[in-house]
Amino acid sequence: MTQDGQKLTSAALSKGAEAEIVGLDEDAVDTPLEPGELERRLIEMGLVEGARIQVLHEGFPRRDPIAIRVDDHTVALRRNEAKAVLVHLLNGAA
Amino acid sequence: MAEDKPALPPRIALVGNPNSGKTALFNALTGSRQKVANYAGVTVERKEGLFVSPAGTKVKVIDLPGTYSLRARSPDEAVTRDVVLGRMKNEAVPDAIVFVADATNLRQNLRLALEMRQLGLPTILALNMMDAAEKQGMTVDPAELSAELGMPVVGTIAIEKGGVAGLLAQIDRTIQIAETEGWSSVQAECGWSEPSSHDLRDYHREVERILARAVQVPPRPHALTRRLDNILLHPALGLTILMAILFLMFQGVFAWAKLPMDLIDAGLSALTTLITTNMADGPLRSLLTDGVIAGVGSVVMFLPQILVLFLFIQLLEDSGYMARAAFLLDKLMGGVGLHGRAFIPLLSSFACAVPGIMAARTIENRADRIATIMIAPLMTCSARLPVYTLLIAAFVPNRPVLGGWIGLPGLVMFSLYAAGIFSGLVVAFVMKRTVLKGAREPLLMELPAYRLPRLRNVALGLYDRGRAFLTRAGTTIFALMVLVWFLASFPAPPDGATEAAIRYSVAGTIGHALEPILAPVGFNWQIALALVPGMAAREVVVGVLGTIYSLSDTGEALHSSLATILAQSWGLPTALSLLAWYIFAPQCLATLGVVRRELNSRFWPAVMFVFLSALAYGAAFATYRVSLAIFGG
Repeated sequence: MTQDGQKLTSAALSKGAEAEIVGLDEDAVDTPLEPGELERRLIEMGLVEGARIQVLHEGFPRRDPIAIRVDDHTVALRRNEAKAVLVHLLNGAA
Repeated sequence: MAEDKPALPPRIALVGNPNSGKTALFNALTGSRQKVANYAGVTVERKEGLFVSPAGTKVKVIDLPGTYSLRARSPDEAVTRDVVLGRMKNEAVPDAIVFVADATNLRQNLRLALEMRQLGLPTILALNMMDAAEKQGMTVDPAELSAELGMPVVGTIAIEKGGVAGLLAQIDRTIQIAETEGWSSVQAECGWSEPSSHDLRDYHREVERILARAVQVPPRPHALTRRLDNILLHPALGLTILMAILFLMFQGVFAWAKLPMDLIDAGLSALTTLITTNMADGPLRSLLTDGVIAGVGSVVMFLPQILVLFLFIQLLEDSGYMARAAFLLDKLMGGVGLHGRAFIPLLSSFACAVPGIMAARTIENRADRIATIMIAPLMTCSARLPVYTLLIAAFVPNRPVLGGWIGLPGLVMFSLYAAGIFSGLVVAFVMKRTVLKGAREPLLMELPAYRLPRLRNVALGLYDRGRAFLTRAGTTIFALMVLVWFLASFPAPPDGATEAAIRYSVAGTIGHALEPILAPVGFNWQIALALVPGMAAREVVVGVLGTIYSLSDTGEALHSSLATILAQSWGLPTALSLLAWYIFAPQCLATLGVVRRELNSRFWPAVMFVFLSALAYGAAFATYRVSLAIFGG
């Protein structure tokens, strides 16, 4: 779990947690995509600063991938890519 | 930008996000007047239709693949980008765009609308699924939206009769203005360039600003979808339901397709008999019965199964469940490096690898797609069943095992399926760690709201897929069948020949040449020879063995008399070795042909042939040697 002072990412959220996106940092992710591509794809899925998210479902096994509500729609992503989404917890458990 | 071209019917392109109901709108506009072709050089389908507007103007519509952005991440999305930018070969820039947006999900959809605006083409915004939006308590102010976006906005309900009337009227207005003022004056210079993440954030802010002015969304939309997802995406319950759906699909493919398959079989047999009784024996008769009818037969025989399979896929896609299935299986499939979307292609391959490989198109990343395609032939296709049942009937005694729960033949059959699946997973695992190395393509996928599939859209989708199978795979299979007939028929046996005619043919010569290579795995010359025409389609082997053993029976009778002969003349190790061979054998030219077409590569089908042959040989060798040691020769 994330300690104070460290950045919280959406990858650390548990089911039910609600958060607001405060930034995107694709450098935290191991990805085959070209630099800048993951960030753009995340934005295209509505994962952008200011968006409110809630973890709705967790996959199986190891609670991966996750389905999150982003404003009014639902997006599925793996916890690996979710590490690029920095959040500020609104309520629920990180 | 474009010169005036009033003589030709105006061409309108439909653009929109995936799941915006774009294809349903295309169907509503054009009805069945659709033409499907291929874009030059890519395997993406080009769908065009024609309709006459209320004012009497003929209008051409092209349905472009759904996309979230013009940046294009997959071959399908590249087509959309290239067509609207006029970069596609032999394809003029459309005269106007109808941008289709899901009215229930405008935040996601309008960003692309802003991007499309950069193209400088006359654009109409169609707010699709207005009924669903209203039902959820959303209110959209089209006039405000239109003023903000600078384009006409109309509500549409693609699935309702008359639900596109407003759009048709607006298309007429747009065309009328363009024709009065000239198309060139309503089109601006294309100002699109690939958006940076900075541009995308700007679009996003702009969308938020517009939404705040023009749209009111209730606090919790899509309530039904959420309730359903609580069950269907539940880790335990959801996976159980998915397995039940897959089982039903599997059952449907084999059970529901049986009657039409039997009818087709009977029809083809009757036709063969008709030709045999009314034509003198000779090369032409043989070409008709053993080449043409057998060739057409092996294509249409599988059509019922493939249509049942496609029906399930279409229903799963139209309802929005497909994305959920990919979600549920992503981690499990990820264990061997496959994408969650790989499961439909692999499942389809149990009917036939050909539609399975075609279904792999939904996988965006090429390495993921290649891995899926490479293991598709390891899923036991239904063409292998006749061979399996023949050998099991001949060699496996029907006695109960596991305390009477299951018969030994059933257990052997199950093991053959399981061995195929298991080796497929192993191959995928190895490939993703060697030749197809690299971190996995991210899974970033919208889970669309559930929708009830509409009969008309399902029927049109099924028709499309069936037609694609017949034209793409069917033509290949048919050509190969005729080729194999030729190899198996010429040269003709010499006068006074004592053995089956096929022994003297090119195929017979090849079979004999193969014999020494196949002897170490326990195959006799009869098997070696039967494997050659078997390359056209696996199930042909049964018929060819019948010919070699000079049996005159056909159909079920052939099966039982052949089983008796094989039980007498082959040793058990040989039979087991052939079964093991068949789990892997690349005994299907159609599969290799489709791999070549789908990947646009000669390299990958060659790789597939080599590794499957090596696996088949290795497995057969091991099986033969081990069973020789256990059972004796």
